Amino acid sequence: MMADLAIRESQAQAKPAAGDALTQRLAVLPHPASGITAAARQDALARLEKMGLPGRRDEYWRFTNPGVFNDPVPAPIPVQTDANDSPLFEDIDRLRLVFVDGRFDAAASDALTGEGFQIDLLSAAEATASHWAGEVYGVLEANGQTPVSRPFAALNTFAATEGVLIRVSGQVARPVHIIHRRRSDAADVNLHHVLLLEEGSEFTLLETGMIGARSNIVIEADLRAGARLHHITAKLASHPKVGIGHIFARVAAKAQFKSFELSVNGRMMRHESVVDIAGDDAVAHVAAAVLGNTADGPFHHDNTVFITHAGERCESRQVYKKVLSDGAVGVFQGKILVKPGAQKTDGYQISQSLLLDGDSQFLAKPELEIYADDVKCSHGSTTGAIDETALFYLRSRGVPRERATVLLVLSFLAAALDEVENADLRERIAERLEEWLMHRAQNDRTQNPPA
Amino acid sequence: MLEIKNLHAELEDGSKQILNGVNLSVPAGQVHAIMGPNGSGKSTLSYVLSGRDGYEVTEGSAKLEGQDLLDMEPEERAAAGLFLAFQYPVEIPGVGNLTFLRTALNAQRKARGEDELSSGEFLKIVREKAKTLNIDSDMLKRSVSVGFSGGEKKRNEILQMAMLEPRMCILDETDSGLDVDAMRLVAQGVNALRSPDRSFLVITHYQRLLDHIKPDVVHIMANGQIIKTGGPELALEVENSGYGDLLSEVG
Ligand SMILES: Nc1ncnc2c1ncn2[C@@H]1O[C@H](COP(=O)(O)OP(=O)(O)OP(=O)(O)O)[C@@H](O)[C@H]1O
Ligand SMILES: [Mg+2]
Repeated sequence: MMADLAIRESQAQAKPAAGDALTQRLAVLPHPASGITAAARQDALARLEKMGLPGRRDEYWRFTNPGVFNDPVPAPIPVQTDANDSPLFEDIDRLRLVFVDGRFDAAASDALTGEGFQIDLLSAAEATASHWAGEVYGVLEANGQTPVSRPFAALNTFAATEGVLIRVSGQVARPVHIIHRRRSDAADVNLHHVLLLEEGSEFTLLETGMIGARSNIVIEADLRAGARLHHITAKLASHPKVGIGHIFARVAAKAQFKSFELSVNGRMMRHESVVDIAGDDAVAHVAAAVLGNTADGPFHHDNTVFITHAGERCESRQVYKKVLSDGAVGVFQGKILVKPGAQKTDGYQISQSLLLDGDSQFLAKPELEIYADDVKCSHGSTTGAIDETALFYLRSRGVPRERATVLLVLSFLAAALDEVENADLRERIAERLEEWLMHRAQNDRTQNPPA
Repeated sequence: MLEIKNLHAELEDGSKQILNGVNLSVPAGQVHAIMGPNGSGKSTLSYVLSGRDGYEVTEGSAKLEGQDLLDMEPEERAAAGLFLAFQYPVEIPGVGNLTFLRTALNAQRKARGEDELSSGEFLKIVREKAKTLNIDSDMLKRSVSVGFSGGEKKRNEILQMAMLEPRMCILDETDSGLDVDAMRLVAQGVNALRSPDRSFLVITHYQRLLDHIKPDVVHIMANGQIIKTGGPELALEVENSGYGDLLSEVG
């Protein structure tokens, strides 16, 4: 502990420009100092101090103010005592891991065993003499720092107090489900998960629940040849919560990486997906369905995606859909980088917003950077309103305006949900979303009854 | 059943007057046809009756079984028994045909204070009716009208009508784009629904459909008015000599 504090201080003095905000941020940040990841954490700290925390003028943060992530501590958010777990996925067979304010709750969780994979907690692995994750922790995050730096991911690698380490060797049908619960007002949660999918293995990771007043989550996913990962994260929050997340994936030959995010509300959210398609014939799909209104306060949601194609004949898809109302802000920054030699790349990117009123804003920055000559890359971005003809059509069949609007919102989001490969999981998400939308429509009506 | 009196309507922005005093009365159990040149206001009449935004009624009234239609929201008109088969059915990607049908049916039942159908009951009925219209289970599962051919879209409209069992059915050019067999299926679908307490208003350009769905009365619409009303022979007259004579007769 003393040793790394000393390192931190000496470097902070050497670079006073980046120092102030970062020093304050680090000063109150608890972090494990010894264990299997100690070297990786020191490395992350060194990188973080070199890059500093982002400012408003940082090009990569042009549309999203990093202030709430720079603050030493989050603004507290009162805990709702009656808050239950989301019913999403509750009746499917899965391995449940419950985290309360970022701490593992063993009593509420299933035993950490399963066929075809090995699973450990980061905190437990730290104490062992040697663990496979020691070689992997922080590696993909560090690789993902070029060409654009991602300081909060480095901060996470340095400071994460807990996480799940999963090494998959078989075809695992039963998903692992991480369930987050919030029990204290001001929890500042830093979790770092590592997934290693061995050759030909398959795995599904689900995440739901509310994570702290502020969260910083990193997932590193290393997919070896022919491996398949399905990742679904669903955050239905109504709190003025702030959060940043990164998923770093390395996708080897013939492997398939699929990550889907459902995100509802939250004051300031940023989700970065950094995917390195390293082998040939690999596939990477990232998608999100995002909904926000400002009934409970400001809403800002940022998806930032960086996909690098290094292999031949690989396919990547980015499908981002945001439904915005009442002054909500949606951001999409998506880049496809095709490296020299990545021939026959098929890159697709679409980002769309549905503005339910005129006050909301969608800011999109699609980018293509291509250094191979035989590639097919397309991108598009649109902003639109509810289709009045479709709305009338539904109403003319007797569907009330409210319900018809919900159906059209679901219709808009459908292409993002389609990226969830498993039909059962996809339908559960759609049903839950519909319930939530109806619930919200009814609340809106009771709050502002029609004149 | 349907009583339209001196109905005037213009575009909401006031830029164009489209309906210029439509008078039309469809008694219960009857089938009426409306024919008329392109742009005469037939679709507009059907939209104004079903409550589409964008039009302003400036004069006149429209009543369904004594209830003032013009005061109601589109969904209320549907629950009151009005149905419009669209000239151009709308595609709704990502919303399954079955989900949509069930949502619509249950919403109407709820509005009328009836119990919702269980999904088992619903499926049984919808499969049966789809079969008679030659709509396969794949079409039922697909998104509303997405990727349907022109004729499939029209048959899908009739399936909705058969499921919703409206009192007053307006069919706006349901025959256009149909092949001979599909036309027969659609006509059979309509004829199967004919009953003493259900009426039809069939908008069409062709006598062909009226061979299958025998109208009691035929109206000719021009310039936003019904300019002539007669028996089935009026449709034959149009078929043979066009609208020229009719328009000059009145004009
Ligand atoms: N929303 C609108 N904006 C502008 N013009 C309109 C609108 N709706 C209808 N019109 C005009 O009103 C007139 C009547 O149109 P309508 O669609 O009712 O004709 P129709 O009798 O159904 O024709 P068709 O036989 O071609 O289907 C046309 O001149 C049309 O261009
Ligand atoms: Mg028309």
